[in-house]
Amino acid sequence: MMGLGFDGRVFEDNFLIADIRAKADFPIERRFWFDPAFNPGQTALMHRQPDDVWRLDFQLGWDIDRKAELNDDKVRARVRGMIGEGIDFNLVWTSIYTFRCCTMDEYVHGPVIFAGDSAHQVSPFGARGCNGGIQDADNLAWKLDLVCKGAAPKSLIDSYHLERKEAGLENIKNSSRSADFLTPRSPAHALFRDAVLDLVEQQPFARPMVNSGRLSSPCFYAQGRLFGEDALDGPLRSAPGSPAPDCPVGDDFLLGILKSNAFMLLSIGLELPHNVDISGAILPAIVLPAKDDLLRKRYLGDNPQAIYLIRPDQHVAARWAEFDPQDVARALKQSTGRVS
Amino acid sequence: MTLTLTPNLQNPDDFYAALLRAHDGLSEEETHALNARLVLILANHIGDLTTLEAALAAARGTSVKKADATTQ
Repeated sequence: MMGLGFDGRVFEDNFLIADIRAKADFPIERRFWFDPAFNPGQTALMHRQPDDVWRLDFQLGWDIDRKAELNDDKVRARVRGMIGEGIDFNLVWTSIYTFRCCTMDEYVHGPVIFAGDSAHQVSPFGARGCNGGIQDADNLAWKLDLVCKGAAPKSLIDSYHLERKEAGLENIKNSSRSADFLTPRSPAHALFRDAVLDLVEQQPFARPMVNSGRLSSPCFYAQGRLFGEDALDGPLRSAPGSPAPDCPVGDDFLLGILKSNAFMLLSIGLELPHNVDISGAILPAIVLPAKDDLLRKRYLGDNPQAIYLIRPDQHVAARWAEFDPQDVARALKQSTGRVS
Repeated sequence: MTLTLTPNLQNPDDFYAALLRAHDGLSEEETHALNARLVLILANHIGDLTTLEAALAAARGTSVKKADATTQ
């Protein structure tokens, strides 16, 4: 309709999903096989789903007869090969999938904004598709809200493209690397993949190189346009641009406490009222004692106290060692695109 | 850490002989596999990515493209 391109790589491989329902005491963690006897030369995957359902995933290769592979008897034989004799199972769902890794150039085209799979697609390894889509929505919702209310200029929406394209490319990079490990594209790629797999049993150093998917984590935005100052000699992982790290706080968790549909202040080790007037705007403030170990480690480092400005999508916008409403007002202005 | 490209082996002839010995009796495929494992073991020993990238460039004879291929 808009004639927009979608560039990237198609991976020449097919994967069969067979969801089975079975009473089984398989280990609960996600298990991945390279070149197992039941699927020679290919990979396989098993992980648990709700209601006694187990997802089995078999790599099939590129030149396959899809119809023949989806034949119930053939699928059953594959499942039996994987789980062995003596476990009853029902096939719940079967499907063959392929994947590609690609992204649009621009995610914002005037009033049309692209998110999730319409903006970027990745391999399923790492759970980056759905997570990336939800993070897109998280990023866009508060910006749209402010723009629609007239509290921020329309140009704030451009930052959605900058930030989420950065995240999209990061997801594609990680997802493509996993796919390259699973589906080597050349004899040299296969040589090194097999060398890693040969080494892992005896050599601990090789184990982190096994790449069956790097689990999705939110992007640490390096596109600094919306992020304010870092006036705290604090930990890198909670610097402006970072997704606020979670940690236990008393009987709760920090991200559960930082729920807000507006910008908020997080004050650690420093008394603040629960609502702070910042140039006429009222910001909610969460005030926590500098007590919990992980909270100190992730947000304070060696500092006795800190003030964080947190965006509605729980990314850190700015941070300081001391509270000064003027500093916060300046950062808030920058974070909502009200700076020319 | 910068990549050492000046002579650094205590005894080059001993190392060269040991390298050949390690490959004795292997098929071509096995020899390639051994080299690949050796590269990974040595890379882990070096650890520093900048040094490793300099080594890859030196081995290739040209600079190796830095970014992953996202298109083809």
